[in-house]
Amino acid sequence: MNATYKLFEHEADVGIRGYGASVEEAFENGAKAMFSVMVDLEKVEAKRGVEVRCEAEDLEGLFVEWLNQLLAKKDIEEMTYSKFKVTIQGRDNSHNLKGLALGEELNPSKHGAKTEVKAATYHMLKVTQEGDLFIAQCVVDV
Amino acid sequence: MDLSKIKKISTYEWEMPKTGEMKVPGKIYASKELVQEMDEKVYEQVSNVASLPGIQKASIAMADAHWGYGFPIGGVAAFDPEENGVISVGGVGFDVNCGVRNLKTNLTVEEIKPKLNELADVLFRTIPAGLGVGGEIKLSPRMVDELLLGGAEWAVEQGYGEKEDLEYTEENGKMPDADPENVSDVAKKREHGQAGTLGSGNHYLEIQRVDEIFDNKTAKAFGIEKNAIIISIHCGSRGLGHQVGTDYLRVLTAASRKYGIKIRERELVCAPIKSEEGQRYYTAVCAAVNCAFANRQVLTHLTRQGFQSVLPKAEIKVLYEVGHNTCKKEKHEIDGQMKELYVHRKGSTRAFGPGCVGLPSAYRQVGQPVLVGGTMGTCSYILAGTKEGMNRAFGSAAHGAGRTMSRIKAKKLWWGSNLVKDLAQKGIIIKGHSMGGLAEEAPGAYKDVTSVVKAMAGAGVAKKVAMVRPMVCIKG
Repeated sequence: MNATYKLFEHEADVGIRGYGASVEEAFENGAKAMFSVMVDLEKVEAKRGVEVRCEAEDLEGLFVEWLNQLLAKKDIEEMTYSKFKVTIQGRDNSHNLKGLALGEELNPSKHGAKTEVKAATYHMLKVTQEGDLFIAQCVVDV
Repeated sequence: MDLSKIKKISTYEWEMPKTGEMKVPGKIYASKELVQEMDEKVYEQVSNVASLPGIQKASIAMADAHWGYGFPIGGVAAFDPEENGVISVGGVGFDVNCGVRNLKTNLTVEEIKPKLNELADVLFRTIPAGLGVGGEIKLSPRMVDELLLGGAEWAVEQGYGEKEDLEYTEENGKMPDADPENVSDVAKKREHGQAGTLGSGNHYLEIQRVDEIFDNKTAKAFGIEKNAIIISIHCGSRGLGHQVGTDYLRVLTAASRKYGIKIRERELVCAPIKSEEGQRYYTAVCAAVNCAFANRQVLTHLTRQGFQSVLPKAEIKVLYEVGHNTCKKEKHEIDGQMKELYVHRKGSTRAFGPGCVGLPSAYRQVGQPVLVGGTMGTCSYILAGTKEGMNRAFGSAAHGAGRTMSRIKAKKLWWGSNLVKDLAQKGIIIKGHSMGGLAEEAPGAYKDVTSVVKAMAGAGVAKKVAMVRPMVCIKG
């Protein structure tokens, strides 16, 4: 298993999927997948970080919250991100996420701007474990 | 979609009989071929919507329907607050009041042709478009509140456009029920630099020529004739609208549980219209609708400036503006009685017929213009609302062509740069901020808009007025 993230097909929008050795890593790579819809990740330098905190009743809801918070941050800070760090705490009906997104001020020509993501959705949303591999995925509205 | 599950009423009207928990039947306005092409998820989503409390008459899907988030795209449903009717995030979507504004000009194809390249360059430079490209207006939080209250009227007051523009915008460009208090600070902060920006994805600004007139009388009322130049702007409420959708998904999920409304899909969450949560969401949606009105008004002003810098005698007026992702309070006849309903149109446009309240006087005899966007390589249509449509579809019609292919597949099949060359040979100038984004929007990735329009006319929910073809397309 080499790929850390991938995009999958969906009729009108795009599916994003992150893989990892832990749920946290799958969330980090899921964020990479989402930002890869918008920019060329390798062209985005990790110059500045923003913190994200969110909570949800289940891990799936938490994944959507995490992605949507990143979308709000990128608009408000006029940034784009390429590196992510996540820690998750909680059990049963309460999950808390503390995350860090690293990137730089968006420069459409430098970063190879592509299509904007409007929102992460609950569609085809899944946070699962297959053997040693954790997977976090959903469809994003573009 | 499996035809054996649905009943043919006429060539362009299909009924999904009530099953399970459906309170009303489903209705699909499309040809047999278009229905067959629809995936099964459309059936499931139409029937889920039909099962919601307080729904009136039918859960409707238009000819361009494909599955969406909770509601199908191309879905229409109306709810009565007096019958525990609900309001749903899935019925509005994330890009609140994404829509189309058409402008008409005093220019002809012959006049514009020698200046077309220059015009394309100027518009590409002056219309903010594409990921992360901000507008010239930077709004303080207080100004955002004013924009959310005033919509297009606010923009005109700030010097972006003419008062007359408002008359030719749905709701006169302002939803009076908007309450900025119910829009989060995060949403407002996202709007800071985004007023008067196009965005990306399927959004565009096109210069189009009127290629064919189907209905002379109505075209005359709309002020368009063959070979005239019009401009079409397709965009929405940007980050603010997306955030309203995201925020209220959370609020209405809790409300669905609180009021015991079964959640059939996570985006189909709702609240009773009369509940505190329902009214908070409705007034926030109205504010986001105003945000999109203001956005298109500012873009209208920038377009005028761009045109007049190249063609000083250009006169540009608003033909009409329609929203695609809305929930509006409207009066409709149910069993001979006028009722105030909350009409959700998700990827569907309002299509009010002749005589309806709220139409500008110039259009009152013929019905409102219904603007149906095609693709950058084919054509678009201008239709008009009908009396029958008021009864059949709460005065609504299809909004566009609808995708048939995923963005990933489209990118594998086409190269943006090749598309630009191919379309240039057909006389269409494409200016895109992202070549990958252009490939995703390739004409071949969409349904044939002509067959969608034919179905709308056949079903009687709108009538054909004119077909327009693109000459210049600016893509985000």
